Amino acid sequence: MQFMLLFSRQGKLRLQKWYVPLSDKERKKISRDLVQTILARKPKMCSFLEWRDLKIVYKRYASLYFCCAVEDQDNELITLEIIHRYVELLDKYFGSVCELDIIFNFEKAYFILDEFLLGGEAQETSKKNVLKAIEQADLLQEEAEVPRSVLEEIGLT
Amino acid sequence: MRGLAVFISDIRNCKSKEAEVKRINKELANIRSKFKGDKALDGYSKKKYVCKLLFIFLLGHDIDFGHMEAVNLLSSNKYTEKQIGYLFISVLVNSNSDLISLINNGIKNDLASRNPTFMNLALHCIANVGSREMAEAFASQIPSILVAGDTMDSVKQSAALCLLRLNRTSPDLVPMGEWTARVVHLLNDQHLGVVTAATSLITTLAQKSPEDFRTSISLAVARLSRIVTSASIDLQDYTYYFVAAPWLSVKLLRLLQCYPPPEDAALRSRLTECLETILNKAQEPPKSKKVQHSNAKNAVLFEAIALIIHHDSEPTLLVRACNQLGQFLQHRETNLRYLALESMCTLASSEFSHEAVKTHIDTVINALKTERDVSVRQRAVDLLYAMCDRSNSKQIVAEMLSYLENADYSIREEIVLKVAILAEKYAVDYTWYVDTILNLIRIAGDHVSEEVWYRVIQIVINQDDVQGYAAKTVFEALQTPACHENLLKVGGYILGEFGNLIAGDPRSSPLVQFNLLHSKFHLCSVPTRALLLSAYIKFINLFPEVKPTIQDVLRSDSQLRNADVELQQRAIEYLRLSCIASTDILATVLEEMPPFPERESSILAKLKKKKGPGKVPDMDEARWNVNGNTEHSENTEPTNKSSPPSLVADLLPTNRPRPASYSPTILSAGNMAPSHPFTDLLNMNSSPAAGASLLVDVLFVCKNNGVIFENQLLQIGLKSEYRQNLGRIYVFYGNKTSSQFLSFSSSVTSSDTLKTHILPLLRLLLTDLSLNVHTMPVDPTVEGGAQLQQILNIECLSDFSDTPVLNVQFRYGGTLQNIAVKLPVMLNKFFQPTEMTSEDFFQRWKQLGVPQQEVQTIFKAQHPMDTDVTNAKILGFGVALLSGVDPNPANFVGAGVIHTKNTQVGCLLRLEPNPQAEMYRLTLRTSRESVSQRLCDLLSEQF
Repeated sequence: MQFMLLFSRQGKLRLQKWYVPLSDKERKKISRDLVQTILARKPKMCSFLEWRDLKIVYKRYASLYFCCAVEDQDNELITLEIIHRYVELLDKYFGSVCELDIIFNFEKAYFILDEFLLGGEAQETSKKNVLKAIEQADLLQEEAEVPRSVLEEIGLT
Repeated sequence: MRGLAVFISDIRNCKSKEAEVKRINKELANIRSKFKGDKALDGYSKKKYVCKLLFIFLLGHDIDFGHMEAVNLLSSNKYTEKQIGYLFISVLVNSNSDLISLINNGIKNDLASRNPTFMNLALHCIANVGSREMAEAFASQIPSILVAGDTMDSVKQSAALCLLRLNRTSPDLVPMGEWTARVVHLLNDQHLGVVTAATSLITTLAQKSPEDFRTSISLAVARLSRIVTSASIDLQDYTYYFVAAPWLSVKLLRLLQCYPPPEDAALRSRLTECLETILNKAQEPPKSKKVQHSNAKNAVLFEAIALIIHHDSEPTLLVRACNQLGQFLQHRETNLRYLALESMCTLASSEFSHEAVKTHIDTVINALKTERDVSVRQRAVDLLYAMCDRSNSKQIVAEMLSYLENADYSIREEIVLKVAILAEKYAVDYTWYVDTILNLIRIAGDHVSEEVWYRVIQIVINQDDVQGYAAKTVFEALQTPACHENLLKVGGYILGEFGNLIAGDPRSSPLVQFNLLHSKFHLCSVPTRALLLSAYIKFINLFPEVKPTIQDVLRSDSQLRNADVELQQRAIEYLRLSCIASTDILATVLEEMPPFPERESSILAKLKKKKGPGKVPDMDEARWNVNGNTEHSENTEPTNKSSPPSLVADLLPTNRPRPASYSPTILSAGNMAPSHPFTDLLNMNSSPAAGASLLVDVLFVCKNNGVIFENQLLQIGLKSEYRQNLGRIYVFYGNKTSSQFLSFSSSVTSSDTLKTHILPLLRLLLTDLSLNVHTMPVDPTVEGGAQLQQILNIECLSDFSDTPVLNVQFRYGGTLQNIAVKLPVMLNKFFQPTEMTSEDFFQRWKQLGVPQQEVQTIFKAQHPMDTDVTNAKILGFGVALLSGVDPNPANFVGAGVIHTKNTQVGCLLRLEPNPQAEMYRLTLRTSRESVSQRLCDLLSEQF
């Protein structure tokens, strides 16, 4: 997989993960092009399309589009299920996930993705194992967290 | 982090873009002052601010600070700080050289920490950034983490994929070594997550150096077999919607596609069983109605089909795969229909399944008409193109043409190219071809590129018997009031050349033709007008009666004073030419265009360019079958000598100039009595006739000794030996008369073209001119009946295609005799035969898979098709004859290496005889295009 993008129906990028080296400029251009292309497609259309020399696999979940770019020989259907498994992981972690969860906890969305996919390939496909890794990390976080003053918490410092 | 949440809410509440930017700038200023402030920030605040920066970056704003703080965070001992630090670096750092050493330092500490969570963070970071600096620092360390016995499973998984990423970005920095064997054994690991990650890594590595990972084949088959035969609950959490380990299955099948079918019979049958099981499961009722179940199941199925196609060796599996895809063609899921069309395209190119694919033609045509999604229709067009052959070309071309009328603009040009190629390739008669192309222009004129209309003109010029029809047809097409400019170009050109063929009919008299063209003149672009002006001057030559009319037009101010220089110049020059030149001169200058030299169809080249190499199914390459397939016999029948220059020879989009053997001069040379092929050579005095010298090429390709020239006076014989890139030729000159030859001399020269091309390539050293008996150095004489010998040393510097010429000069009975004979020094003389196993052969064959590396030709047998003779000829050609390589024992397979001074070029060849049709198909693959071409030309003349 070369990259994964999450964006809203309004075309706002919610998460982007690049597995190939590209400049910021190229990344922005690619995202803009793809978001436009995919938003222009009708609901019943095929989930795959050829785009430049890549294959795009995308699926919409509620207000969010998940979109992956894979290479020519890659398997489209299994990519579609990679998307679904990621959605399942988010759903399980956040408890019926919605776009807001991903906006406010974007760092978590990244951490979950890194446990699931690395270097563009599936690293761990077991839902239980991925969530176990994330929960362990959260435990470490809670231990480390010290109480903050109210002022600090609301961001006034 | 409440502060972060508040900030995100603020941004979301912004009513306008401007408000958002304002809020962000305020925050950036705040963070900047915090970072610069005197008060040292604690870890929590740093983490919060770095997170905010990250959020701002993800909104699409540039971030140019905060990197240092992120590096501080990732060096922290607190996990949450470290995690955010790594995230920031992973997302924002492409290759920021001044920080990279600091980052690397942090990573190094974490890798050494033996804390699996820290190690994972570090490995994720390397895999995410993947920069060269990181590869330099860690590429040698990660393999040992991966294969160490005490590494935690999750760390192994990260290490495997981390290594994969580094191998993709900086393959030169990832050292192969003893760890490779141990990586292969990860396929046996108990932890399926480890196996999944390792399979990806092994596949990437095996693509680059297949030999090193050959042992993975048996392990992968064993693993796959266990998965496909397991009950779906066996694999616990690796079962996905009742499908056992779909990701791992797909990856294993991908890995196996790096290799040819296993040679070991047991292994091979185990793999076949797996593939059959997967195909069988597709027929079982679904275990769940969820789309995830069917997707995962079919993902494995499609990958299995990809492997079956890759092996291309099991007819039953290929046909089963095709039937399965046929079912999907009518499936209610658009995704499956799309994938089935795509997959069938590759199946169409296998000899075993081509016919099976063809049975679905009606479904595919229906898809073209009814699919609502353009990307699916595009796949249907591709498949129709791939399945097209002589039997269905009319139907397919007609359907594509009718689809073109409503096709989406985005794919019109590609369809136009495809129709043009198919029409050309499978034309049974020219009139159909001309009609088809004119239809193309009528329907989609804007999308007809130059290549297409150039091509129709080339073909009409080259084919005498279609010219009248073409003239009549374009004339009729031009009657339409709103005809496309491309049609006007074709019409102008063709009427200018062949308008005379229809001028007898008063409805298309010269004046009518001219008025028709000129009525459209003012509406078209400058290049078209320039072309029309040339058509007019051609008319002046063809039809003297319209000369005054045309001269008036040329003389008008709108032409002579045209603002466009090209038009003005043409008008002036043509006008002057028509005024001052005599009829004869005019007829010479404006003679009919000579035939175009045959070259690769520029249309095909354009399609290849458009689609990228490898995406255009090459139909010739694709169909391996010759025996019993009427396709080829029909295809090449017109190349029969007795028929006029053949349609297919001209139309077939070959990758090269038309083979010399098709041209009539050479054919007549071939009809000469074989025992005296050079009888008329003397009369020519100097340069040898192209036809005669070609015979030397033909006769001596597969043998090294013999007489290359003989007339009443002189006989020239040769004995030659070659070793690697060196050769030695003994030339014998025999005086057949009873009188002396005076001033006898010989030299090896080259024509002008040879000078430019061959001299740097082939160094000919005339070392030893040892003349027989009492020869004089200044004025050598050859006594009657005597023989003299000369040795030529040859060195091949680089591959070449021209042949050196031996010039002999002497005085006999007062007249100077000049003889020029081509020396039979061809590229194949520098072959060293190479023996290899079937496996090696096919592996190398696949490695030489770039379209330019392969040259293929289909030709009619010139001699009786005798296996022993063919064997001898192939051996004489210089390659090793490999038996038991080709599944079909009737085919011949050979391998050898061409030695030149600078390089060695490996070469594989395959010759498939079709005794019923008396045809051969010859395929050459070498690493160099020019070599493939030359060898193919040489060898195809031999049978």
